Amino acid sequence: MAERLIEVRGLKVQFATEDGVVRAVDGVDFELGRGEVLGIVGESGSGKSVTAMTLLGLTKDTNTRFEGEILYKGRDVLQMNEAELQDVRGNEMSMIFQDPMTSLNPVYTIGAQICEAIQIHEKTQKGIARRRAIELLKQVGIPNADSRVDNYPHEFSGGMRQRAMIAMALACNPDVLIADEPTTALDVTIQAQIIELIDRLKDEFNSAVILITHDLGVVADVADSIIVMYAGRVVERAQTRSLFYDPQMPYTWGLLGSIPRLDRPKQERLHSIEGAPPSLIRAPAGCKFRPRCPHAFAKCMEEPGLENRVEEPTHLDRCWLSVAEKREVREATIRGEAA
Amino acid sequence: MSSTNGGSPLIEVRSLKKYFPIRKGLLQREVARVHAVDDVSFAVREGETLGLVGESGCGKSTLGRTIVRLLEPTAGEVIFEGTDISALGTRRLRPLRREMQMVFQDPYASLNPRKRVGSIIGTPLKIHGVAKSERRQRVQELLETVGLSPEHYNRFPHEFSGGQRQRIGVARALALNPKLVVADEPVSALDVSIQSQMLNLLHDLQQELRLTYIFIAHDLGVVRHVSNRIAVMYLGKLVELSPAEELYRRPIMPYSEALLSAVPIPDPDLSKQRERIVLEGDVPSPINPPSGCRFHPRCRYMTDVCREVEPPLVDYGVGHLAACHHPLNVDRETLARATVSERHTPAAADERAKPRTPGKEEAHPIPE
Repeated sequence: MAERLIEVRGLKVQFATEDGVVRAVDGVDFELGRGEVLGIVGESGSGKSVTAMTLLGLTKDTNTRFEGEILYKGRDVLQMNEAELQDVRGNEMSMIFQDPMTSLNPVYTIGAQICEAIQIHEKTQKGIARRRAIELLKQVGIPNADSRVDNYPHEFSGGMRQRAMIAMALACNPDVLIADEPTTALDVTIQAQIIELIDRLKDEFNSAVILITHDLGVVADVADSIIVMYAGRVVERAQTRSLFYDPQMPYTWGLLGSIPRLDRPKQERLHSIEGAPPSLIRAPAGCKFRPRCPHAFAKCMEEPGLENRVEEPTHLDRCWLSVAEKREVREATIRGEAA
Repeated sequence: MSSTNGGSPLIEVRSLKKYFPIRKGLLQREVARVHAVDDVSFAVREGETLGLVGESGCGKSTLGRTIVRLLEPTAGEVIFEGTDISALGTRRLRPLRREMQMVFQDPYASLNPRKRVGSIIGTPLKIHGVAKSERRQRVQELLETVGLSPEHYNRFPHEFSGGQRQRIGVARALALNPKLVVADEPVSALDVSIQSQMLNLLHDLQQELRLTYIFIAHDLGVVRHVSNRIAVMYLGKLVELSPAEELYRRPIMPYSEALLSAVPIPDPDLSKQRERIVLEGDVPSPINPPSGCRFHPRCRYMTDVCREVEPPLVDYGVGHLAACHHPLNVDRETLARATVSERHTPAAADERAKPRTPGKEEAHPIPE
């Protein structure tokens, strides 16, 4: 197996608010090795972004409580002080944010922002940092990088800004690249470009990637393994092929069925997961997905554990239905025919 | 024409142009123009959904807004139920505004945060003179129609999630019983799970209220799902117009082919097998569009002719029009029969693509 970079064990993140304790992340475990791509999939409010930000120590605050461990090369990120975190952030682990319009500073040039990232972590001369910035912009496919380096963010299109963000994230050759919905704000054509770019750069920089998205289609051909999150928990975790061809959680079926499929005949109606994700302050008892699940039964009032139930040993899920039952009703549910 | 029946066009766009002037200097002289919509013609029949696709900056939103006269067209006609509305004055336009409504992309920006839901949905009713006593009841009905609860009447937009806000936007658009709804990227800002709820809602409303949609989006997967016909735009031009299934089975314009291949497929094996045509770069500037075929700098089939001559919109039969010098998926026989479409009267093509029942897809024979 590839060198293990990240190991998350029993991670919980809770925010104390006026209305009560928000259990944003409530039991997440995973490992990530060098050269691997992990997809984290779920709806808004499922805790996927909080998980990602916690990996970088970005959720530390007076009202936050953590449980569990995040081991980065054996060191626990949760125990690090601000100086140590500063050293890891951007240097060893870096992040690409969702909205390239708001995550770049509008009053500095693209080049200056990339140089800043380099110079924070390395004692480099300005000229050298600038040359590195140009080189990075070339690597992420910005045409005329020599002159574009002096442009301001508003002179870049959405896709180019996201490329610039990626260049910045790669500036210090990080081991782990965390991309939080990197393509949600972009056109499908640009989305295809960016995903391909991330996949290529992962090999060039020999790093690991965590790709967060709400669309299973986006991770289908780049991720090695996938975590599906719901209400702050991992509800299914498997190798990519196993997840797509033998999905075990009715929530995953819902996500799969919600996507209009170009490779299949057109349907009258799409499957949709009725209702909205539950409140993270007062989550429902038992299985968190029960109120929205078309297959819920009495046993679902107890919470199922994340266990292996199928032949594939790395495939874990949280559902009480028997595997045989699931395989029987699954296709109909994905096609939107279940009652 | 007094009223429409069956399949006559509800709205017809003829050679519509919208240029935005760029002014500079003390005298604000016009130095250049953004060619946002450049000579676009098509018609939409009653009960039909026309999907309008293209990347950011291709002019699809401008086209949508110009059709409902939120923007003044530079040239061309927009004929709604037989009346040219492109030149009507404000007063004569007002009764027609009831018939044409819009749903906007961003459910966070398109609802006034200081108004209650009842007032947001009730405003169009107020403007068009519905008595106060009736308004409340109508708004509550509308809330139910779009799957919200009548108790939401007194709430503020911030109390709702993105998907629910978009439902409020739809309720507002439906308040005056419009015939045409222009939906500008109504699901792009939503999670896939919420997106499918919205698409189902729009589908049900169309069946119930016999609505005609112009559905604008950048994702051909979504557009194919909702549309009877699809119009593909690139840099202000209409480059392909086709029945939805036909476009998906045999795209003629290389740009449409690339758009189709960019839609992610949630199936790892299929996704790896299929050919991904990744378009290089971005859409060029609409201020100085490329010469000849506007798509040529990004096209993998490009030859000299593409650089020099702008391809005309050619009619390939079964209501499938495309503008390309190197048409894909077209056999010799079809090519021989194909004729340059009379761009200003595309009604002929629209006529042939007519579905038998509005809102339902008709199967077209594919010429072998």
